[in-house]
Amino acid sequence: MIQTIAFYLFATIVIASAVMVITARNPVHSVLWLILSFFNAAGLMVLVGAEFIAMLLVVVYVGAVAVLFLFVVMMLDIDFAELRAGFMKNFPLGIAVALILLAELVLGIGAYQTGAIELGDPSGVGAPRVGESNIENIGALLYTKYLFLFEAAGIVLLVAMIGAIVLTHRPPKSRRSQQDVGKQNRRRPEEATVMKSPPVGEGVEL
Amino acid sequence: MTEFFQSLGMNYEWAWFSATIAGILLIALPLMLAVAMIIYMDRKVWAAINLRRGPNVVGPFGLLQSFADGLKVFLQETIVPSAANKGIFLLAPIITFTVALGAWAVIPFDAGVVLADINVGLLYILAISSLSVYGIVMSGWASNSKYPFFSAMRAAAQMISYEVSIGFILVCVVLWAGTFNLSEIVEAQRGHGLGIVNGYWFNILLFPMWVMFFISSLAETQRVPFDLTEAESELVAGYQTEYSSMSFALFWLGEYANILLMCALNALLFFGGWLPPLDVDWIPWFDIPGIVWLFAKILFFFFMFSWVMATVPRYRYDQLMRLGWKVFLPISLLFVAVISGYLMATGHFGAAA
Repeated sequence: MIQTIAFYLFATIVIASAVMVITARNPVHSVLWLILSFFNAAGLMVLVGAEFIAMLLVVVYVGAVAVLFLFVVMMLDIDFAELRAGFMKNFPLGIAVALILLAELVLGIGAYQTGAIELGDPSGVGAPRVGESNIENIGALLYTKYLFLFEAAGIVLLVAMIGAIVLTHRPPKSRRSQQDVGKQNRRRPEEATVMKSPPVGEGVEL
Repeated sequence: MTEFFQSLGMNYEWAWFSATIAGILLIALPLMLAVAMIIYMDRKVWAAINLRRGPNVVGPFGLLQSFADGLKVFLQETIVPSAANKGIFLLAPIITFTVALGAWAVIPFDAGVVLADINVGLLYILAISSLSVYGIVMSGWASNSKYPFFSAMRAAAQMISYEVSIGFILVCVVLWAGTFNLSEIVEAQRGHGLGIVNGYWFNILLFPMWVMFFISSLAETQRVPFDLTEAESELVAGYQTEYSSMSFALFWLGEYANILLMCALNALLFFGGWLPPLDVDWIPWFDIPGIVWLFAKILFFFFMFSWVMATVPRYRYDQLMRLGWKVFLPISLLFVAVISGYLMATGHFGAAA
């Protein structure tokens, strides 16, 4: 009973906030609706018993990706008239993307109708392990059956990260006011200050 | 507690519902009280370190000072700036406060005394604490004023930076404990140090992790020396500049509830939570209820938080970023590798290793 109520609650909010993401006029509002939608999707994951995925969704998407999104969007200065002028120009492209997504959805549901996907392999290495938490199950699968894919995904991300660093890296000379922390720490009071005891009424020679 | 409500003649679902509500109230209401008293303690500690008296007028020893302050802000007018984005402006303090309370659901106060004993407890804490940045960012943006906005920018960058190293530190603890469940992490610390000391802090590989965790938790809760989001010399009062009355008080309560949470995490992850400091029976340690030990440890860490606040000057922003990305991140990453290597070498993960 409670689960049914919770499911409809989460599902309704996910869809409603997803609609708000694309209809909201203010881009910051859009991002906030997106966050609400992520959050409720995590709720749905908890309902099907995938609490690990749910927590990762919140940690990674809500906690990091969406914050950076919000960070960028908050600083944007968006001209709404210009945005709306581009609407008709991009309309055919939008329709094409929507059609592709619809086709994929139909294909996916069709494939699902023919039978559930078997994740375990016949040798029993990756067979579903009953009675363990899904962290342990995911860990066992990731580090045995899908080890290669997992490591490959890690390397792709590493390459992307190094690429981003290379693109934004500037040679040391062109850096503006780069501070040498070691130099700052090595500095002693004697180098910067002088102790003077001027006689009364005479002041200090600078 | 569900059984108790069932014995009153409810069916299972209603009993579960009532038990959960009762549990939430049992945690949230004392937490409110604790926040009020901890603000008083904070001010008293600073006063003692500054050789002042601190609050001493309202009630005996000034104990009721926080309640007087609470009443004062409650009676003030809530001002919403006319240029503010009203919905988000009012939502931001509510989010800060709710998120600060939400994380307490998985904190175990004693063996088995926990509202939600889920097996991803630590991840839940990470998820919730990563949400707390939204209250600040939303308030900064919605205020439509430049100082709060600067503060929001700083908060977003700062909290994301330190969450990365906190994540790696937690990985070390999880590797050693072999579980994400907070109760089991505490149990895994029983007799960890030479069979006598309860707590991971006694471990020479985990002690540096604890030091980094403590500093990162200062940064995560925006306490001095990392309180750049409300640096009063530059940003007036940071993200809460435009707030007044209860909306300001909610930020205040949320901030202190977060600080208490971080103190509790320090106690649970590295100092054996509700277990007495030593796992020996020379003195009747184990007759003292575990919750008293946990509170004593939380108070100790809170004292350290106030101590730091009263003694250390504020960091510069570039120093803050340097510490997070160039010092903590490499060290914690190195320790993840070292600790997992050590555990593999000593066969901690069983024969398969």
